[in-house]
Amino acid sequence: MSGLEGLIDPGSPLYEKRKGVYPKAVDGFFRRLKWVVMAVTLAIYYVTPWLRWERGPYSPDQAVLVDLAHRRFYMFAIEIWPHEFYYVAGLLVMAGIGLFLVTSAVGRAWCGYACPQTVWTDVFQHVERAIDGDRNAQVRLANAPWGFEKIVKRVSKHGVWLVIGVLTGGAWIFYFADAPTLMRSFLKGEAPLIAYSTVGILTVTTYIFGGLMREQVCIYMCPWPRIQTAMLDEKSLIVTYKDWRGEPRTHGVKKAAEDGLKTGDCIDCTQCVQVCPTGIDIREGAQIGCITCALCIDACDKVMTQLGRPRGLIDYCTLDDAAVEKAGGTANPILKTLLRPRTLAYLSIWAAIGFAMLFSFGQRTRLDLSVQQDRNPIYVQLSDGAIRNNYTVKVRNMEARPRTVALGISGMDAAKIWTQDGTRETAARSVEVNVAPDSVLKVRLFVAAPRNGPERQPFELSAQALGSDEKGDSDATQFERPEKEEEEE
Amino acid sequence: MVENKRIDEATGTQTVGHEWDGIEELNTPLPRWWLLTFYACILWAVGYVIFYPALPMLESATRGVSGWTSRGQLAAEMDAEASRKTTITAAVAGMPVELLASNKKLMQSAIEGGRAAFKVHCVQCHGSGASGSKGYPNLNDDDWLWGGDLATLDYTITHGVRNPDHNETRSSQMPAFGGVLTNAEIASVVSYVRSISDQQKPDTASARGAALFATNCSQCHGTDGAGGREFGAPNLTDAIWLYGGDRAAIAQTIRKSRFGVMPRWDNRLDPVTIKMLAAYVHSLGGGEAAPAAVPATAAPDVRP
Repeated sequence: MSGLEGLIDPGSPLYEKRKGVYPKAVDGFFRRLKWVVMAVTLAIYYVTPWLRWERGPYSPDQAVLVDLAHRRFYMFAIEIWPHEFYYVAGLLVMAGIGLFLVTSAVGRAWCGYACPQTVWTDVFQHVERAIDGDRNAQVRLANAPWGFEKIVKRVSKHGVWLVIGVLTGGAWIFYFADAPTLMRSFLKGEAPLIAYSTVGILTVTTYIFGGLMREQVCIYMCPWPRIQTAMLDEKSLIVTYKDWRGEPRTHGVKKAAEDGLKTGDCIDCTQCVQVCPTGIDIREGAQIGCITCALCIDACDKVMTQLGRPRGLIDYCTLDDAAVEKAGGTANPILKTLLRPRTLAYLSIWAAIGFAMLFSFGQRTRLDLSVQQDRNPIYVQLSDGAIRNNYTVKVRNMEARPRTVALGISGMDAAKIWTQDGTRETAARSVEVNVAPDSVLKVRLFVAAPRNGPERQPFELSAQALGSDEKGDSDATQFERPEKEEEEE
Repeated sequence: MVENKRIDEATGTQTVGHEWDGIEELNTPLPRWWLLTFYACILWAVGYVIFYPALPMLESATRGVSGWTSRGQLAAEMDAEASRKTTITAAVAGMPVELLASNKKLMQSAIEGGRAAFKVHCVQCHGSGASGSKGYPNLNDDDWLWGGDLATLDYTITHGVRNPDHNETRSSQMPAFGGVLTNAEIASVVSYVRSISDQQKPDTASARGAALFATNCSQCHGTDGAGGREFGAPNLTDAIWLYGGDRAAIAQTIRKSRFGVMPRWDNRLDPVTIKMLAAYVHSLGGGEAAPAAVPATAAPDVRP
């Protein structure tokens, strides 16, 4: 029963209420950098689906479009078919290794600047400040009893948050359909249910994650901080409180000096704690709650400047540099920290995958042939003594225009081919098929050859688009005949 | 227990108060919302038990107030599939079978429908690949006893072959020559039949057989042995042998005759399914394009 005991024991409960975090507004280099990153990432998110890209009459003109219904992915000049999904997988692998690279070089920069959770939380906090006021006003309002002002402020704040949630989900759906068309039908209430439910779900998750949960997402829900703790090493940049310089932190410096006490640079003003969006005290050292947004650096630098002391009591610093500085030395130049075997290894892997994909992208053809021999029956005895084999042929026309494709046989000189639309009388060495734009033609192909020959004879079928010197495609297969014994009795 | 709680020096965190062989647990409290999520999941589970079949009882599980069953879901999906197909079946029903191939898309739908029906009704004799076996025609080839165009196939499937209780069935009967011809005469006819199908060189036996063939066999099989579709008489000059083309098999056929039977399907399948079966068989590679309205009785002998 000790579990229940723990639940009801007020001394040390097994669960706890979230501690409110009311980050104070701050200005400085890193805050401005965050503004820029926020502007760029939000602009990419909201503008991308509206970019147009002309692809002719048979394909959509949206620059970036994930067309799930037709299983196509468009990205500017690139069109990806489902069987080319390895490009997307490659991009995901690059994104993963890119995160490794960034983490080993500059620590949790992704968390601090570019992660959607960080960006949207930032937006939500700015809204909160605009409505409730800065940190102190927020704390006052939180503790105030419910009254007219508090109700108005709460309603308007959560209202704006929900609007932001709707806009977030609203932008997302435009990646999956023609944006202007969807926008019109969405506003008229004629869009598919999935569009509304997607917007609804994303509205709720945005509101909950950005407005209510915030740092709880980073600390309890996101696996990435855990992975990063394993990725970081003593040469990774992390936000560091230089305790050897700051300690002993002293609140009343003058009085302490009069008392003859040793004083550090830290005046215990707690500005670094007040601005922290995750509500941690960076002076306790590196911790999983620190997303390295560097706002505490801005806050501390401002205080140090006012006090006429050098900036950087809290600063980006590696564990190695911290040890060197603690011992009285000077830190390594930043370039030397960034360029080290580990980062270079990540960079080379990342670049190698990128170049491999570029190379394969340059080599890919837009006409694809795959031939499968029908196995039931393997061969058919024809009345004139010849043998026929059947094949299921798929011709992929990956260009956005209809094309006539010549299917030809190479090898087996006496063999003739025809399709389900022809007859044996019209059989020839080559047959033409029409393939609709951006689609796959499945055609049944018949191959007839004389009885005399090997039991299994390899040959090739080739596909070549007419009126195009584009490289065609070919596929190897085989022709099967009955066993020899049957012939002699 | 509670009195055992102490502050861990290394982390500054309170322990929960348990101790197992010197191992203690730090109390890092769970966020309250996590606990609430846990309770919400329990509530969800309760709702699930109420709405869906859940608790195993003696006969079956509890029914659940929503009335959902996996069988019911399957039935609903089958119904949806059937109603989805109604437009196709209606279109096939309205299209004369000989014109089916003119609508490529409809023909393709009919072929797929026929493929499914074939797997249920026809594979027992004709095989899953429609390649038949001894006595059961291979439907992939270009040799047809009664004709291989859509209308003829449709008729054959509808009325069957040598169906004893049906007037419109395909019917013909080769006599057993066991008591009519001597063994030596049968051997001569075998030699002749094998010579016209290029299985052996003409010799004196086959020359004797040619005369016997002209007297006894050419009425149905034609003077050249190329068969005739009005009797379903096999073409004896080609490379395809329904019962085997070796001496013993041919001798057996002549002596005892053969009587291949196919059931009529008009009393078991609806006309649309039969049309679809015709389309599927037609698509296997030997389908004949020209609708042969009345097969010529005996083609003029063009063989040298």
